[in-house]
Order: sequence, then C-alpha cells, then structure tokens
Amino acid sequence: MSSAVVEVRNLTKRFGEFTAVDGISFDIRRGEILGLLGPNGAGKTTTFQMMLGLVTPTSGSIHMFGLDLQTHRGAILQQVNFSSTYISMPYSLTVEENLTVIGRLYGLSDIASRIDDMVKKLEMEEWRHKLTRKLSSGQMTRLTLAKALLTEPKVLFLDEPTASLDPDIAHKIRAILLEERRASGLSILYTSHNMREMETMSDRIIFLQRGKIVAEGTAQDIVARFGQADLEEVFLKLAREQ
Amino acid sequence: MTYHRIAALVIRHLYLYRRSLPRMMEIVYWPFLDLVVWGFITVYLATFQGQMPAVVTFLLGALILWDVLFRSQQGIAISFLEEIWARNLMNLFASPLTPSEFLAATMVMSLFKVTAVSIVMSVCAWLFYGYNVFMIGLWLMPFIVNLVLTGWIIGVLTTSLIMRFGQEAEVLAWSMVFLFQPISCVFYPMAVLPAWLKGVAWINPAAHVFEGMRGLLTSHAAPVASLGLATGLNLLYLGAVIIWFHHTFNVCKDRGSLVRVGE
Ligand SMILES: Nc1ncnc2c1ncn2[C@@H]1O[C@H](COP(=O)(O)OP(=O)(O)OP(=O)(O)O)[C@@H](O)[C@H]1O
Repeated sequence: MSSAVVEVRNLTKRFGEFTAVDGISFDIRRGEILGLLGPNGAGKTTTFQMMLGLVTPTSGSIHMFGLDLQTHRGAILQQVNFSSTYISMPYSLTVEENLTVIGRLYGLSDIASRIDDMVKKLEMEEWRHKLTRKLSSGQMTRLTLAKALLTEPKVLFLDEPTASLDPDIAHKIRAILLEERRASGLSILYTSHNMREMETMSDRIIFLQRGKIVAEGTAQDIVARFGQADLEEVFLKLAREQ
Repeated sequence: MTYHRIAALVIRHLYLYRRSLPRMMEIVYWPFLDLVVWGFITVYLATFQGQMPAVVTFLLGALILWDVLFRSQQGIAISFLEEIWARNLMNLFASPLTPSEFLAATMVMSLFKVTAVSIVMSVCAWLFYGYNVFMIGLWLMPFIVNLVLTGWIIGVLTTSLIMRFGQEAEVLAWSMVFLFQPISCVFYPMAVLPAWLKGVAWINPAAHVFEGMRGLLTSHAAPVASLGLATGLNLLYLGAVIIWFHHTFNVCKDRGSLVRVGE
C-alpha cells in the first residue's frame, strides 16, 4: 500500500442548526478498504454524498488523486463510482441497456465487451435482457454493483453492498471486490451493518457517532482498545452510549 | 460540455420511449385528437367564410404551432421527471455529468418530441382537412425556433421549481404552460385583451410569434418586428432561467435535497 488517494480534512456538514458531520478527517490509501461504521443517523450517508459531490460541505476539504473535489469535480468523478442497496436504476430499461447508458455516460470504449465481462463476473447472464423492473432486490443490488465496477473506478463507495444478497452471492461479491482490489489497486470506502463482514473486509475501520469519529484503527485494534469480545460488542457499547 | 454524456442521456430516453405505449401516445395520440377536434371546428367556421375569412387559415396553424411550444416544454420537464420517477438522479449527478449537459440532453429530447409531433400534426392536417401548414412559407422556421425557445424557458423554469419544491410541484410539468396560453394570444389577437393584460402579453415572446403569424396570413405582412421582439425576449429569458436552474441546483446540493427530490 502506498500514498493516500483520498484525503478528507475537517469535513463538516450542517443542515441549518443541526450538524450531521462534524469535522472528520481521514485518508484512504491505494488498494485500501476502509470501513465506515456507525449507528443510524451517524452521518455515513451524508459523508458519502459529500464525497460524490452530491452534497456541498459546509467546511473542510475533500481531495482525491491529489485534486480538490470542489474545483475538479469532473476529473475526480470520472475515476470514482458507488453502489448501494438503497439506490435504483431506471426500471423501464433492461439490465443491459442500463449498463450501456452508464458506459456511454462515462465515455468508456469497448462498452459491449466490458458489459459481457461484468455480466459474467457477477453471474447476471440469465437476466441481462430482463427489464430492470422485474429484478429481485438481490439482482438489483448486483446490477448497481455491476454499474459501479463497469467504469473501472479507482475509488469505490459502497453503502451496504451485500445487505439484500443471499450468503452465497454475498460471499462471491466480497471475493470479487477483494480480487478487484488486488488486481487494480481499487480503494474502497465501505459501510455495512454486518459486523463480521466489516471485520473480514476492512483493512481499517472508522467509527462515526453523531457526525464525529470516535474510534479508528484495524478491527483488532478497536476491539482491543474497547476491551470487548468483537466488533459487534464495540458497536453496541458505543451506540448505547449515545 | 461533453458530447458523449449528452448522447448517453438521449439514448437512455430513446430506450424508454421505444417500448412505452403511454409515452408514444403523448407523441401521436393526443396531438392527433387535438387536431381532429380543432379541424372540425375549423370546418364548421368555414361555413361562415364570408364573415370570417381569415379564421380558417390560421386556426389549425395556430394549433400546430401551440403544440410546438407545449411539446418543447414537456420535452424538458418530463425528461427531468422521468429521472425522478426512476430514482436516477443520484446515478447521474454522481457521475461526471454537469447540470449544463443534463439540460442540453433534455433540450435534445425536446427537439425530438417537437419534430415527431409536428410531423404527425402536419400530415394529419393535410390528409384530413387539406390544410397545408407550409403555406406560412419560409417564415415557419423562425416561428418554430422561437416557440421551441419559449417552450425551453417554461420547461427549465418548471424543472427548477420541481427540483426545489419536490413532488408537490410535479403537477407544474403539465399545468405551467397553460398559465402562459391566455397571454400567448394563440387563437385571438393581442388587441382583444384588456389593457393591463396586454402589457403582460407583450413581454411574452410567444405572443409576438402568434401575432406575427396572423399578420402574415391575413395581410401578408412580413413579421420582422414580431420575430425580432420574440427572439430578443426569448434569449433574455432563456439566459435568466438557465442561471436560475444552476442556482437552484447549488441550493439543493447545499440543503442535501438533490438526491431526495421526489421522495
Ligand atoms: N438533507 C438533510 N436535511 C436535514 N437533515 C439531514 C439531511 N440529510 C441527513 N440529515 C440528518 O443528518 C443525520 C445523518 O444522516 P445520515 O443519513 O448521514 O446518517 P447515516 O449514518 O447514513 O444513517 P443510516 O445508517 O440510518 O443510513 C441524520 O440525523 C439525518 O436526519
């Protein structure tokens, strides 16, 4: 692992009087998987959305690949993508059409063969020509993951990427993400409420509570520091202290 | 502005229209019905030819041109609503797509709609009523361009309001344009309006287009002044609403409501 591809400094977001994210700073290194953990309302989604340029920070800065997101939005977002269990893609288009539109939006070359690869990798062959409206929630999650990986991002934001997947597919998806990281040095910012997944996937974890970072380190570090049996116990302890 | 991103959005909408009956109806069925009703009214009025010679020549033309404005506006506003309904705004605006490229794509969609609807209506008017909209001659082109621009202005305005006020404002996508109809003087001259409303109509570019069209058809007057006024007002307003759209976009990003529109 080498230098930081993402640098977040003193990032703050206030909605009126309410502070959703409160002066957080962190780095993500090349090829690193950083877990973002926190109870409901801790500010995870707001942080993601600021990093994707969808919400303007009140103060602080976000740099990726050495560029400031505020002034180099296009260049940064070209190399970034995201997926979430909670997002959707246009229902009236087929899976393949949706991926084609994304490929064109990001100006990819060789879109058709990239789609073929992705469809194979995520085992989507059987339903690639299906209308998106007819997908199960797990299939939809795989589609949004396919759209995120299709653009060959250098940084990937994943909001509960395995929440609606059966254990077999969830396992395969984790393996694919780890393989992408190994092969291309992909950096990932990851949220999940599955503590075991967090422990196995994340190189480092940031624990967010009421918009502030309250713990940071490897899963083992954090567990040891709080004197608990595992990450789930730490989560419960911190969440209940709110 | 990057061409491939605009093209991506246009292709996304074309995929959508290709297999959607209600969306195709919007282009073929409703304009056709409109034309049939107004066609019969015109045929009826033609029986009073002596008293109202000009009516017959411009009613159907006015209707077709009004539809140009209406579909141009819809092309913009409905394209935005489609993204809200599909919960696709996050996918779009977390990509390198800029708000200007987004608007440009809706404008291209609007041109597609206007072209399709104009062809349907012109052909039907000619087939069923022997009405040739091209008798307006070469002036038809600047008339259409100006009405498309007015449609864009109303469309961008509506889109900004929906983005800012969310679902409650969705109905504006269909209703807003009708607020402009009485002061666009589509079927009657500006002179019939009461004085105060005349002032309001005067600052509406569409009213000058329809005035110009009537002048051309009834007295063969070259509509240079009307078109000049319409174009000037259109460019002024279009600039203003585009600035306002960008401002609203930034306000929504600041409030964190951009990806929550419609929820
Ligand atoms: N646009 C907004 N306007 C006002 N308050 C907001 C807005 N977006 C988020 N908040 C508030 O900010 C806080 C953080 O929300 P956020 O969605 O970032 O939390 P989260 O950690 O992602 O929670 P969850 O695990 O439930 O998804 C919450 O209290 C939320 O109500």
